[in-house]
Amino acid sequence: MILSKLSARSGITSVSFISNAVNGNTWIKNGRCLHFTYHEEKNGNGNGETKKMNMCQAINDGLRLVLTKDPTAVIFGEDVAFGGVFRCTVDLQNEFGKGRVFNTPLCEQGIAGFGIGLATIGVTAIAEIQFADYIYPAFDQLVNEAAKYRYRSGGEFDCGKLTIRTPSGAVGHGGLYHSQSPEAYFAHTPGLKVVIPRGARQAKGLLLSCIEEPDPCIMFEPKILYRMAIDEVPTAHYTIEIGKAEVVREGDAVTLVGWGTQVHVLLEVADLVQEKLGVSCEVIDLVSILPWDAELVCKSAKKTGRVVIAHEAPLTNGFGAEIASTIQEECFLNLEAPIQRVTGWDSPFPRVYEPFYLPDKWRCFAAVRNVLNY
Amino acid sequence: MFSNVMIDKVLPRFVRQTRFKHILQQTKPWCNNVNTKIEISTMTDMKEPSFMGLQMNFTDKLQFFNKENYNALPIFRILNSSKQIQLPKEYEVNEQTLTKMYNTMLTLSIMDKILYESQRQGRISFYMTSTGEEALQIGSAAALTLEDIVYAQYREAGVLLWRGYSLMDVMNQCYGNHKDPGKGKQMSVHYGSKKLNFVTISSPLTTQLPQAVGTAYALKQSKTKSCVACYFGEGAASEGDAHAAFNFAATLECPVIFICRNNGYAISTPTLEQFKGDGIAARGPAYGIHSIRVDGNDTLAMYNVMKAARQFCIEEGKPVLIEAMTYRVGHHSTSDDSTRYRSDDEVAQWNCSLPIGKFRNYLESINLWCEKQEQESHDSIKKSILHAFTCAEKELKPCWKELFTDVYHTMPKHIKKQLSSMEDHVNEFHEYYPLESFKST
Repeated sequence: MILSKLSARSGITSVSFISNAVNGNTWIKNGRCLHFTYHEEKNGNGNGETKKMNMCQAINDGLRLVLTKDPTAVIFGEDVAFGGVFRCTVDLQNEFGKGRVFNTPLCEQGIAGFGIGLATIGVTAIAEIQFADYIYPAFDQLVNEAAKYRYRSGGEFDCGKLTIRTPSGAVGHGGLYHSQSPEAYFAHTPGLKVVIPRGARQAKGLLLSCIEEPDPCIMFEPKILYRMAIDEVPTAHYTIEIGKAEVVREGDAVTLVGWGTQVHVLLEVADLVQEKLGVSCEVIDLVSILPWDAELVCKSAKKTGRVVIAHEAPLTNGFGAEIASTIQEECFLNLEAPIQRVTGWDSPFPRVYEPFYLPDKWRCFAAVRNVLNY
Repeated sequence: MFSNVMIDKVLPRFVRQTRFKHILQQTKPWCNNVNTKIEISTMTDMKEPSFMGLQMNFTDKLQFFNKENYNALPIFRILNSSKQIQLPKEYEVNEQTLTKMYNTMLTLSIMDKILYESQRQGRISFYMTSTGEEALQIGSAAALTLEDIVYAQYREAGVLLWRGYSLMDVMNQCYGNHKDPGKGKQMSVHYGSKKLNFVTISSPLTTQLPQAVGTAYALKQSKTKSCVACYFGEGAASEGDAHAAFNFAATLECPVIFICRNNGYAISTPTLEQFKGDGIAARGPAYGIHSIRVDGNDTLAMYNVMKAARQFCIEEGKPVLIEAMTYRVGHHSTSDDSTRYRSDDEVAQWNCSLPIGKFRNYLESINLWCEKQEQESHDSIKKSILHAFTCAEKELKPCWKELFTDVYHTMPKHIKKQLSSMEDHVNEFHEYYPLESFKST
């Protein structure tokens, strides 16, 4: 199969094409461009052994740890048995057997419901939805069932052992149904936890947290990072606290908030702002969408007085709206300029117009310049 | 979903175009030399079809299949209309179980009458009766053990009663008082009991079906000799989740018994507008599921079918589908007036042959029941229901702050903040809130 050959190769290739950059963007022959540069995560979690892994491998490694440590844990979804269409579950069925890593029929509502049923009886259920764009058939099971299980039974039943993994976000040419970022739909659902990693190291830690968290969790995995995001990843077990944001670069003039791939865009924006405008940006990776770390974001906003929030999902009712409104309420007296949101447009995610749709570094840079000039 | 088709395109293309330009260039000459000529296979026609996943024969007859060339599945029953019934040995049930079955059916039917009336008086906010479906519920429940896990829709209170849910438990839930383990969060009749392995009911129809399959998979993996029983109505069977569940249960080989209560109506919608095929049972074989249709008004048939289904499920590790034919004698719920969409005659016809009476006839025919016992049981059940009712009505509701608990395992900061802001508000505006009906802590 062509797919597996290519993806196997892609796993070991480093990010060398960036040297071809023209105007800071890497333009590919037919007009497509990679809209960001990956910033490797270098700081280790402790002094343990690490290994260079891309995000797929880090997730695979995390899943293997769970299957080894927890004899009840099962992994299921469409095409996970042969290794998954993104190769995240490679070799797991061979190692742990067909009873623990298996394909389901092609039916998202079934996958989510089945996972809830496993979790309610105490089984660690790790479900994969092949693309976040296809999570909507499972929306009812996730929003009406998974999220409300504990609440409605007064704590008698819960499905805290359920984790849903799903690839999301722009990928260069995914068009309407292989590019979506649906986190805001789920952020409106009390009872769920929603996280989005920005790289390999974070993906493994967050995945292990989601699996161990006693609440149902959804991890949206930016698919463009699967092979591109290569970090030194600890080989041991480690977790990253859900609900905590991370300051990835300190600064004092403007606070930039993003998550997933967008964090890398914002880091480039910070460089650009430093170079062209001579001021420093504080870049925050929100990491966790629900619950989100309002405290850390507001602390930064109070310090800088200026905030730009960026996400790939559309503007109206995107999660940026929640952040902006909270900052406005908590930091009213500290704000020097209106909070800016740089996001995908209020259109479906287009194919050939992707370079004009994404909140790329130039659109983010313009917003930062505007708040500085306000 | 479209994804399968797209993956082949999306992923490699992305990889090629962003990072493997050189691969693309290498493949170019190959592209120009692709041989597009179609070779005619020298192989002669295969005698047997070899399509993936199915075993079948070729035919030269152009024929569509429908009801005309298909026999509807028969309804299995044991208790027929004759007074004297000679039961085949294998269907016999011990006397103690028979009496308990009848008593539970009686309890369910009296409880329904009292709670229905209490809703009419505005004492509880909502209720749904099981009238006409007592045999279905008690017959099936009696064939299960407490280790079996039950997922229900909402018209299965009898199953709970059989498993040991007390009248007090019923009343506490319907009132949503502080003794309700569900802490008064859900509407009435949304019962649940961890102790009795009865998963808490939720309103969205059919969502419990794929969940039941997941639980059954876990039971099979853990090698416990138990199964999952999952109840739903024929209306619910139209939801996508039913399709998901049947297919998952079959392909993943899960020990789950699907029990469809085909009672003729989904609120006002008659089955004629719900499906055009041979009911629900006929769908089973299409999924590769062992299926049977049974007289849901026949307690003994229900019991024996369920018993056989349970045995098959556990021994084979595979699902069973039971379609129990019955009639919803009562209104859909207290929010429904069924006279607006069905005739009094129709209801009257079923009312005069209620399953509870049919079962009593049988018990009387084998001298296990009599008019005197009927009266005594009736009086004592009524008394205990009214007692439980009065007690539950007097209890306070839980502390209002419970509104904020159990959203998550541990209350996150943002919810704590909302709780604290509501506390301040309630302190200031206490006279505008019904605090006297709620516990203070």
